[in-house]
Amino acid sequence: MPEPMKMRATMAGDIADIKVLMNHPMETGLRKDAKTGQMIPAHFINEVTAKINDVVVLQADWSSAISKNPYLNFKVKGPKAGDKVNVSWKDNLGATNSVDGVIS
Amino acid sequence: MNLLRRHILKSAGAAGALAITTGLLGAGNAFAAYNTAAFSAKNIADALKGLGAESATESSDIIVKAPDIAENGSVVPVEVTSKIANTTNISILAEKNPNPLIASFNLSNGTEGFIATRIKMAKTANVRAVVTAGGKIYTAVKEVKVTIGGCGG
Repeated sequence: MPEPMKMRATMAGDIADIKVLMNHPMETGLRKDAKTGQMIPAHFINEVTAKINDVVVLQADWSSAISKNPYLNFKVKGPKAGDKVNVSWKDNLGATNSVDGVIS
Repeated sequence: MNLLRRHILKSAGAAGALAITTGLLGAGNAFAAYNTAAFSAKNIADALKGLGAESATESSDIIVKAPDIAENGSVVPVEVTSKIANTTNISILAEKNPNPLIASFNLSNGTEGFIATRIKMAKTANVRAVVTAGGKIYTAVKEVKVTIGGCGG
């Protein structure tokens, strides 16, 4: 079970500033386990979707070159304080996670 | 290279057919909408080709903000701001990574041309942003010197 995500969504003028922190190892598949000498298999988030009031505002495809425990910040024009925000991800092994929040 | 598949991917993307994408994903094909050609490219030329950005215009309206020197290549903060109207996609590449394409962000429904995240860099290289706006493709770079690489080893 993936660890919970963190999100902060605030209005700055007419723009919603949304910051998300995800917990994920983001393994590239290029690293070796120091103890066993075996390659650590790739394990990374490859899809991220953000919605405001159930409307998709951002859809991202990622490779394993996003840093471990990914941070994402984006800005959306139009929403109001109190609008619902949902950010979800899916990794290359099929695991998913999401976080819900409200713009303040 | 399966040309038919690429064609299908392209047309699905062009139409913005989210419903189709979701349908394919539901069928258990995780890479249905993923630009596999671009993401698996091993050099910057192939990656740009995969994005259809070989002849992208250099633009000073794109600002790539990243440190001049990154001590730790596994965490390099990068911020891309596009002042070009109707920015619909921002892609981020590190030119000398084993797989240069790092991420591709599709922006819709009022999302500003702005993305900030943290990336891994194998070595000193240009961080390149490729921006799609109004059907045209623009690009800009910023060099980051990396002291310790962040892609394995």
